[in-house]
Amino acid sequence: MNELIQLIGRETVRIILGLMGVIALVVINTMMLTWAERKVSGRMQVRIGPKEVGPFGLLQAVADTFKLMGKEILTPASVEKPLYFLAPILIFVPVLVSFIVIPFDSSLQVRDMNVGIMVILAFSSLSVLSILLAGWGSNNKYSLIGAVRSVAQNIAYEIPLLLSLLAIVFMANSLSLRDIVEAQKSIWNVVWQPFAFLIFFIASVAETNRTPFDLPEAESELVGGFHTEYSGMMFAFFFIAEYTNIFIVSAIATTFFLGGYGGPVLPGIVWFFVKTYFLVFVILWFRWTFPRVRFDQLLNFSWKLLIPVSFLNLLFTGGLLKI
Amino acid sequence: MSLTSPGDIVKGALSLLRGMGVTLGAFFRPAVTCQYPREVIQITPRFRGHTKLLGDNEDPNKTRCTACGVCVKECPSNAIRGVEGMKKEGEKRKTATGYILDFSLCSQCGICVEVCPFDALAFSADYNPVGVTRAECIYDLVKEYEKRKDVR
Repeated sequence: MNELIQLIGRETVRIILGLMGVIALVVINTMMLTWAERKVSGRMQVRIGPKEVGPFGLLQAVADTFKLMGKEILTPASVEKPLYFLAPILIFVPVLVSFIVIPFDSSLQVRDMNVGIMVILAFSSLSVLSILLAGWGSNNKYSLIGAVRSVAQNIAYEIPLLLSLLAIVFMANSLSLRDIVEAQKSIWNVVWQPFAFLIFFIASVAETNRTPFDLPEAESELVGGFHTEYSGMMFAFFFIAEYTNIFIVSAIATTFFLGGYGGPVLPGIVWFFVKTYFLVFVILWFRWTFPRVRFDQLLNFSWKLLIPVSFLNLLFTGGLLKI
Repeated sequence: MSLTSPGDIVKGALSLLRGMGVTLGAFFRPAVTCQYPREVIQITPRFRGHTKLLGDNEDPNKTRCTACGVCVKECPSNAIRGVEGMKKEGEKRKTATGYILDFSLCSQCGICVEVCPFDALAFSADYNPVGVTRAECIYDLVKEYEKRKDVR
């Protein structure tokens, strides 16, 4: 075994193991979140939610997976074939890459990069490209409208998202996610930066196309938005990417504002997942509370409120740090 | 509501929080739904199922129906037929031996229940009769009573 590791090199083994762990986490997380979404929606509508498949309906997601795998992958005649097939694969790549730098525990991280948060932000802005590809390649008016909305929305909300994270980077003096967690050992960043946290959270809900900012999908107006023409496992890929993005933004919020894996008594990884899934729950909670905003409201909210406030917050933080 | 006035923004944010409070309250409230095949809700006394015959007050072994045939004449849908009766030794009235209700024609209007001079008919609480042929919709209410045997 040791010789084998010597042969292919420690780093390769580490990367392969990390990738396997990440894929397992992505799949399990998606399954749990589809279940949680239904359960939370049920509870908030004073119903029970899924309960027939497995204990508490926990195996519902497994049943859904088999259903989706059994479905035919329909290809409408007029689609732009290369783009149409590329989009669901491409949406998956940034999701996987983002996991590499997230610190789950003080020693549980695939790779600690000194540009950690840059990696996540750079790759997560790629996911809007695959949404655009899907919308354009589908050759369908609903898909195209959904994709165009998604692009406008992502451009608008990426700015406050970056600016609010930048304030934290100023404070920690590092782009590495682990350094940022270590910097909030004594007190969480959310105490110093409540506005940045709020802005980041709102912007990340918009980035992940969740209600109340789910205009790219907008079931009631656009059929399914950018994934209207996709069926079977190709649709499932979009779904996995969406739920994984929810996990990623919650994980980043945890890392940047809620002290990451830091916490008393319990091991770090438990704290990390507790905090992350609490934020995921809040995002689900948003979905079953707020109605969808109008498109002009969506853009006005970002350009007229979130961006100026995040700029002011950044200026203020920079000024205080200089003193 | 303008995005430039801080008062409006705070007011808006508070209303969002109140909305989240409402859904969180619902989240912890016990579910109001009934898990139907597993549990069955109480059927209200005024529920109109198919009609049923009621038992005689003195002799629960027979129904109050005397096969007078008023219901057969009054039924607007001709859903009732085959109402037959027999007079036993020492009794003043006839006793029904057959009462066929074709439930596929019945609209539960209740005229038969109203006109019955002996108050022998009532609505049952049978809410889920099911069948795949027309023949399964035809009930013999006397036989149904004999299986059930209750006064009210």
